[in-house]
Amino acid sequence: MTAILEFLQLHIEMVYIVILSVFLGIEVISRVPSVLHTPLMSGANAIHGVVIIGAIIVMGKAESDNYLALILGFLAVILGTLNVVGGFVVTDRMLEMFKKKK
Amino acid sequence: PGLLSVAYLIGSVTFIIGLKMLSHPASARKGNLVAAAGMFIAIIGTIFLYEEGGTKLGNYGWIFSGLAIGAVVGVIAARKVKMTAMPEMVSLFNGMGGACAMLISIVEFNHMAHTPPIDLSGLKGEGWAADLLRSAIEGLAPALDMQVHGGGTLLIILLGLIIGTVSFAGSIIAWGKLNGRIKDFAFNGQHIVNLLVLAVVVVLSAYMLFNINEGYHAEASGSFQLDGAIVTCFYIVLALSVLYGVLFVMPIGGADMPVVISLLNSFTGVAAACGGFLYDNPVMLTGGILVGSAGTILTILMCKAMNRSLKNVLIGSFGGAKTGG
Repeated sequence: MTAILEFLQLHIEMVYIVILSVFLGIEVISRVPSVLHTPLMSGANAIHGVVIIGAIIVMGKAESDNYLALILGFLAVILGTLNVVGGFVVTDRMLEMFKKKK
Repeated sequence: PGLLSVAYLIGSVTFIIGLKMLSHPASARKGNLVAAAGMFIAIIGTIFLYEEGGTKLGNYGWIFSGLAIGAVVGVIAARKVKMTAMPEMVSLFNGMGGACAMLISIVEFNHMAHTPPIDLSGLKGEGWAADLLRSAIEGLAPALDMQVHGGGTLLIILLGLIIGTVSFAGSIIAWGKLNGRIKDFAFNGQHIVNLLVLAVVVVLSAYMLFNINEGYHAEASGSFQLDGAIVTCFYIVLALSVLYGVLFVMPIGGADMPVVISLLNSFTGVAAACGGFLYDNPVMLTGGILVGSAGTILTILMCKAMNRSLKNVLIGSFGGAKTGG
């Protein structure tokens, strides 16, 4: 338990960022018209693809004889890229359709 | 490192602006591009500028081939998909993000299982001097091939694992339901089973957290190794998280799927934010939490637009009462 408290103490700036981001996220979204629900969901889906950065770090740190880390890291990079690239392209297509309808 | 901070700052700001623009019809398409540009900068910055304990990243061949494969497949899949199948595509991509967070947690746990912690609990002092000493030790730890705060790091790894895996498994089920490959499935007392699974996950996690610092033993070769019991717990938690994700989405009616996908979307955001804590990475943290909170609000708004409550969507289908939508 003390370890967890210490962890919090060392990362207190990040805890502040978390709390402020929570309110920011709520504020930024709160007045979206319902036609934009699905594209917004899709856009947010692409943004949480930042997890790819973690995958790149895992991959880049893996020692060349640690096959488990290499293989899982490689898979993680592929999946994360799919999330980012696919997410942004799908969102763009949705919004393109939306513009034509208008 | 200074330049990387700027790249991450740009990334975080574009995510906020992008989300804001995405919520207005006139600027939505541009907002998507703004966020994509910020993501690109953050990724390129990480690849070329990231360093830990003075060493830069390696394995560029692996990184770039992974990026290339993901990008090509992603673009083709996103371009070919029919307009009507968009939501299931989003669900699939969301599942990929969850799986990515899951894999990161598995690799980091394995890394942790071989690096014994430095116990700082004896360092009780308050004030700037003690803080400075703590951060100095933490900064040195990677170079010594040790780690600080086994408990805190493990907590973050476990949260990333559980949330990412639930999101992955749930998204795959949601994807299967939307394209008709998986039928609705519910049995009596399913919510009790779900709660039980969740309770076991919590208990096992707590067991690991309380025993991590005493859980290392020296191998004959002189290296340190985490006890088998804790390692086994980790993989049981992984398996149960898959099970929970499946059980969570299975009974929910097809018409409610967009709401569930939106909820799982915000889960993956939180899983990504766990990565932000793990690597002290501000762009993962802000991006993940933004999606986590905006996604939750969006989920509630979507329910309202369908004249249903979130509770109704999630629990209404248990015990055989079908959801109409």
